[in-house]
Amino acid sequence: MQWPAPPWPPRSPGPSLEALYHLIREGVLPYHAGVSLRRVLIGLGLATGAGVPLGLALGYFPSLERITAPILQLVRTISPLSWMPIAVIALGIGDRAVIFLIAVASVWPILLNTASGVRHLNRNWLWLARSVGASTPHILIHIAIPAVWPQLFAGLRMALGIAWVVLVPAEMLGVSSGLGYFLLDTRDRLSYSELMAAILGIGCVGLLLDAGIRALEACWRRSGEGRA
Amino acid sequence: MSLLSAEGLSKSYFIHGRRVPVLMRVSMEVAAGRVLAVLGPSGAGKSTLLRLLAGLEPPDEGHVKLCGEPIQAGHPALALMFQDPCLLPWLSVRENVRFGIRFMGLSGAESQRRVDEALAWVGLQEVADWYPHQLSGGMAQRVALARALARQPRVLLLDEPFSALDPLARQALGALIRRAAGEGIGVVMVTHNVEEAIQLADEVLVLTARPGRVLLHQPLRGWEAPHLSLRQALELAAAGRWVSHHAPAFR
Ligand SMILES: Nc1ncnc2c1ncn2[C@@H]1O[C@H](COP(=O)(O)OP(=O)(O)OP(=O)(O)O)[C@@H](O)[C@H]1O
Ligand SMILES: [Mg+2]
Repeated sequence: MQWPAPPWPPRSPGPSLEALYHLIREGVLPYHAGVSLRRVLIGLGLATGAGVPLGLALGYFPSLERITAPILQLVRTISPLSWMPIAVIALGIGDRAVIFLIAVASVWPILLNTASGVRHLNRNWLWLARSVGASTPHILIHIAIPAVWPQLFAGLRMALGIAWVVLVPAEMLGVSSGLGYFLLDTRDRLSYSELMAAILGIGCVGLLLDAGIRALEACWRRSGEGRA
Repeated sequence: MSLLSAEGLSKSYFIHGRRVPVLMRVSMEVAAGRVLAVLGPSGAGKSTLLRLLAGLEPPDEGHVKLCGEPIQAGHPALALMFQDPCLLPWLSVRENVRFGIRFMGLSGAESQRRVDEALAWVGLQEVADWYPHQLSGGMAQRVALARALARQPRVLLLDEPFSALDPLARQALGALIRRAAGEGIGVVMVTHNVEEAIQLADEVLVLTARPGRVLLHQPLRGWEAPHLSLRQALELAAAGRWVSHHAPAFR
């Protein structure tokens, strides 16, 4: 019996590029990329929804930060992938476990950047706000959030990078769509040119996402000419 | 009738675990339409005194009354201008001025009117849409004054409003402050500058070096050589050779 000749090392990029072209034309790669993007965006949304308020609170109340710091540091150092079994047990196999992992992995830069931004707020702005009758919620909305916006943005960008990295192993958790799934699938089918195409696809979408968020940032900078 | 009065204010801070008294039994008052200049060496607690007067921090002892009522932070009859202009960089000039009255519960039209009026008062309508980093130091200071005046306060607290200004800008801002007093606002103005105090103020209060006590609190009218006397008082305050709360030489 004759094993098929191993396609590695690839002798030329031709077959991979060809496969990439077909996968895009037939809509396979866009479909999986779309599913993955949706999961990443929902996960990031959850991470932002949890990370920003928590970060604001931690930055604003130093005592709260002192109490929670050891726990946060501990949880943060756990690789997000170690949550995989728990995610599957608690949420079952499927979208929800993947989204959970993405959220857990990407919440940290958002939370920590927000907290550090609030901690370094100009004290005078707080005095000013209190002197014109602002309450604590007012201060959070009108001073803290606009002031930490640049740092929050940087955190978001980091979070997006992490989310995209975590996505692929997370989608190997028995889901039947998404780029991570597709990658496994090509391997199982021994379709190495498609596998290479999938890897290329993952890289390209990641690049596009980063470019997108940078464009958003540039756009925001331009719209607020005077914002520090 | 005093508009704003303080009785026996004391305040300490904990610095490196040690209690450092900053103000000791400071009493003062300011009446409607009067300008009170607060002078004292650096670190005497002048800025701290203003924060206590504005109700931003509670004193350890003593109390502050505004129109006979205990002071509260954000009281609508009081406006505070900080040592630096303290403009919010993400807001335009107009929005910064509006920030001063944002939490007063005014109608949109009324706040619009007040913002326009305050900007006109300090002569900055043309730059209403600029952002703080596009302003000169003097303009920023005037925006801060507009933000305070938009509150239509009865008492205005100013912390070294002239510190970053050139002589012309000083004169302009000084004229604005006198005009505010002319409209019946009671002004408390912290300054390092004897000249400015004498030009603008009706009364002076001199604080000693830390911990700040009242060395002297009296009207300027009728002083024979105000520059010399005030300068001597400041030297005395800095040297810490005062005897009682009031130096007899100046009574
Ligand atoms: N929040 C604070 N925590 C600890 N110490 C403080 C605080 N605020 C002021 N101090 C201390 O109180 C003292 C008086 O400060 P303050 O700013 O009131 O002085 P000042 O008279 O306004 O000085 P300057 O003329 O330099 O502005 C200083 O020694 C300062 O270190
Ligand atoms: Mg000061």
